[in-house]
Amino acid sequence: MSPDLVKTIFGRLTWDAIPLHEPILIGTFAMVALGGITVLAALTYFKVWGYLWREWLTSVDHKKIGVMYIILAIIMLLRGFADALMMRAQQAIAFGDAAGYLPPHHYDQVFTAHGVIMIFFVAMPLITGLMNLVVPLQIGARDVAFPFLNNFSFWMTVGGAITVMLSLFVGEFARTGWLAYPPLSGLAYSPDVGVDYYIWSLQIAGVGTTLSGINLIVTIVKMRAPGMSLMKMPVFTWTSLCSNVLIVASFPILTAVLALLSSDRYLGTNFFTNDFGGNPMMYVNLIWIWGHPEVYILVLPAFGVFSEVVSTFCSKRLFGYSSMVYATVVITILSYIVWLHHFFTMGSGASVNSFFGITTMIISIPTGAKIFNWLFTMYRGRIRFEVPMMWTVGFMVTFVIGGMTGVLLAVPPADFVLHNSLFLIAHFHNVIIGGVVFGMFAGIVYWFPKAFGFKLDPFWGKLSFWFWQIGFFFAFMPLYVLGLMGVTRRVSHFEDHSLQIWFVISAFGAVLILFGIISFVMQMVVGFMKREQYADKTGDPWGGRTLEWSTSSPPPAYNFAFTPVVHEIDAWHDMKQRGYVRPTTGFIPIHMPKNTGAGVVLAGISVVVGFAMIWQIWWLAVISFVALVASAIIHTFNFKRDYYIPAEEVVRVEDARTEALRSLA
Amino acid sequence: MSAASHDAHHAHEHNDHGHGHDEGGAHGSLKDYVIGFVLAVILTAIPFWLVMADVLPSHQMTAVAVMGLAAIQVIVHMIYFLHMNSRSEGGWTMLALVFTLIVVVVTLAGSLWVMHNLDTHMMAPMPHDMREVP
Repeated sequence: MSPDLVKTIFGRLTWDAIPLHEPILIGTFAMVALGGITVLAALTYFKVWGYLWREWLTSVDHKKIGVMYIILAIIMLLRGFADALMMRAQQAIAFGDAAGYLPPHHYDQVFTAHGVIMIFFVAMPLITGLMNLVVPLQIGARDVAFPFLNNFSFWMTVGGAITVMLSLFVGEFARTGWLAYPPLSGLAYSPDVGVDYYIWSLQIAGVGTTLSGINLIVTIVKMRAPGMSLMKMPVFTWTSLCSNVLIVASFPILTAVLALLSSDRYLGTNFFTNDFGGNPMMYVNLIWIWGHPEVYILVLPAFGVFSEVVSTFCSKRLFGYSSMVYATVVITILSYIVWLHHFFTMGSGASVNSFFGITTMIISIPTGAKIFNWLFTMYRGRIRFEVPMMWTVGFMVTFVIGGMTGVLLAVPPADFVLHNSLFLIAHFHNVIIGGVVFGMFAGIVYWFPKAFGFKLDPFWGKLSFWFWQIGFFFAFMPLYVLGLMGVTRRVSHFEDHSLQIWFVISAFGAVLILFGIISFVMQMVVGFMKREQYADKTGDPWGGRTLEWSTSSPPPAYNFAFTPVVHEIDAWHDMKQRGYVRPTTGFIPIHMPKNTGAGVVLAGISVVVGFAMIWQIWWLAVISFVALVASAIIHTFNFKRDYYIPAEEVVRVEDARTEALRSLA
Repeated sequence: MSAASHDAHHAHEHNDHGHGHDEGGAHGSLKDYVIGFVLAVILTAIPFWLVMADVLPSHQMTAVAVMGLAAIQVIVHMIYFLHMNSRSEGGWTMLALVFTLIVVVVTLAGSLWVMHNLDTHMMAPMPHDMREVP
C-alpha cells in the first residue's frame, strides 16, 4: 500500500505507537492483559454477563450507579498510586551518577498521568459516586431527577478513564504536568499525541461530570421529601448541592479552555501560542478559574461526610448546623475569587496579588469555623471510635496542618519562595489526602452497610487507617522540608546527595500507604467473607440520624415505599424519638424508570470519536461522530422508559422487611 | 424521563400524583410574546440605525451604545421569552440567574483585571524583544 493510503486509513497511528521498546510498559501491559483475561474468563465461566448487563451496566438506579462510580475510582486509584510509587522510587535513587530507572521522557508522563488520574478519575468519581448513592436517600427521593442522564454521565466518566488508560499502551500521555500549560502543551513543543489524549479524555469525562452536576442540583432542589426545607437538609446534602453548583458553574470554563487549546493544536489558531498575538498566560488564568473551584468541589462533600459521621458517632446533633451551612455557602462563593494565588509569580502587580492573597486567607475563616463545629460536636458527646470516626479525627489533625501551610502559601512574598517547590506538593497532598481521601474513605465505610447490607471488617479498616495516617506523614513531611530547601517539583534526577535521605523517607511513607490501600481492599474482602456476621438487618447499624437509615440495607429499588414526611433536622432521629411506626399496609404500585443500554453505547462511541481525533483518523472521526449523534437521536424515540413495580411486589418486599425487623425485636 | 420516578407528594394517600406542575412558573400569553417581539425588533433596529446612519459623533460611542442595547435585549429575552421572574420555580431561576451573573462577572472582570495587570508588568518590552530572550 502507498504511504498516503496508509496515512489516510490509520492517521498518525503506526506500529511505533505500541511501546515495544519500554520493558516497564510491556510488563504492565502483560499484567493488565492477564488480569483482564482472567476477569473476563471468570465472568463467562460463572455466566454473569447477562446479570451484569441487566442489573448493573444498564441500570438507572442511583444506588448502583453510585457503587459503580466508586468501583471505577478504586480501580483508577490503583493505577494512579502505581504512578506515585514509581515516582517515589525514581526520586529515592536518582542521585549523581545514578540515573534511576525512568528516563525523563517517561517520568514526565508518569507525573502528568498521576495528577490527571487522581483528580479526574479517582477523586471526582469518589465524590460523585458517594453523592449519587446517598443524596436521594437522604432527601427521601426514589431516584435522581434524570435517571438515564445519570447512567450516561457515569459511562462518559468511564469513557474518559478508558481514553487515559489507552495512552499507556497505544502512543503516550502528555508530558506537561496535570494542567498542560501552553506553550509546552502547544503544537510547537508537544507535537505528539500525549496532549491530545489529555484533551480528549478530559472532554469526554467532562460531559459526564457537568451533566451529573445538573442532575444532582435538580434532584436536591426539586425532589426533597415534604417538610424538608433547605435549612432542614442534612449537611451532606447541603455540601453536595454547593459542590454541584460549583461543578455546573466551573466545568464549562475547563471545557472552553481545552476547546481553545485543541483549536490551537488542530486548526492552527493562536490563542495560547507565543507568536501572532497569542498569550499563554490567558490559559493559566482561565484554567485556574476552573481549577480553584475544583478543589472545593472535591473537599466540600468530604466536609459533609465528616459532619454526618461526627454527629452519628457522638450521638449528638451537629453543633452549629446553620453556621455549618453558611460556612459552606461562603466557601462556595469565595472559591471563585481566589484563583490567582496559583500564579502569584507570573508577574501581576502588588494590587492584584494582595487582593487574591487576602481572599485566599479569608477562606480559612469559614473552614476553621467548620473544624470548631466538629470539635464542639465531639465535646461531651458519647464518641464511638468506629472506623469512620477514626478517619474523621485523622482528618481534623491532618487537614489543619495542610490548611495552615495553605495560609502560608497564600502570602504572596512567601509564595515567591515556595512556588512550584515540593512545599506546594506537600501542601496540596496534605489537604487532598487529609481532606478528600480520608473523607471519602470515612464515607465509604460509613455508608457501605447501607449499600450492601453488611459492615466492613473493622480490623482491616483500622489497619488501613493507621497505615494511611502514618504513611501520609512519612511521605509528605519530608517534602515540606525539601520544599523549604528550594527543591522544585517534577524533577527526575538530583545532584545533591544530601537531599537523598528525605526522598528515601518519603518513599518509605509511600510504601506504608501501599499497605494502607491493600488493607482498605482487604476490609472489603474480609467483610464480604464474614457478611453473615457483619450483616445489618435493621437498616440502621450505626444509630444514624438522617433518612437513609430509615429504609432497609440495602434499600429496595424504590428506596421508600412511602415518601417520608420531615419535621426536623436529623429527620430519622426525630422520627425515632417520636416513636415512628413503620407502615405495613396500604402499599400501591410504584412508578419507576426503566434500565437502558443507551448510556453504554453513547459513551463507547464517544471513546471511538476521541481515539480517532487523537490519532487524526479523520474518516473514523466523521463516521463515529455521525453514529454518536444518530444514536442519541434514536434514543429519544425510545418511549418505553418507565414501568410500575406492582403493588404485590412492594407488599412482598415490605413484608419481608417487617418479618426481619420482628425477628430482631 | 424527567423526574419519572419521583413522587413529590405526601406520603400515604397521594403517592401517584408525580411532580407535574412547577410552582408559579409563568407560561406566557400571546400578549407577552408580542410585546417581547416588538421590543426585540426595536432594540435590534436601533443599533442598525446607529451604525448605518452614523448618528453618534464617534465610533466608540456607537460601540458602547450597541453593547448597552444588547444588554437590554438580553433582559427582554429573559423576561418575555424565558418567562423568568423572581417567583418562577419558587425563586430558583432568579437565584440561578444571580449566581450565573456573579460568576460571569467575576470571570470576565477578574480576567480583564488580571490580564491587564500582567500585560503592564510583563509585556513592557516589544514582543519581538521578548522572543530574543533565551
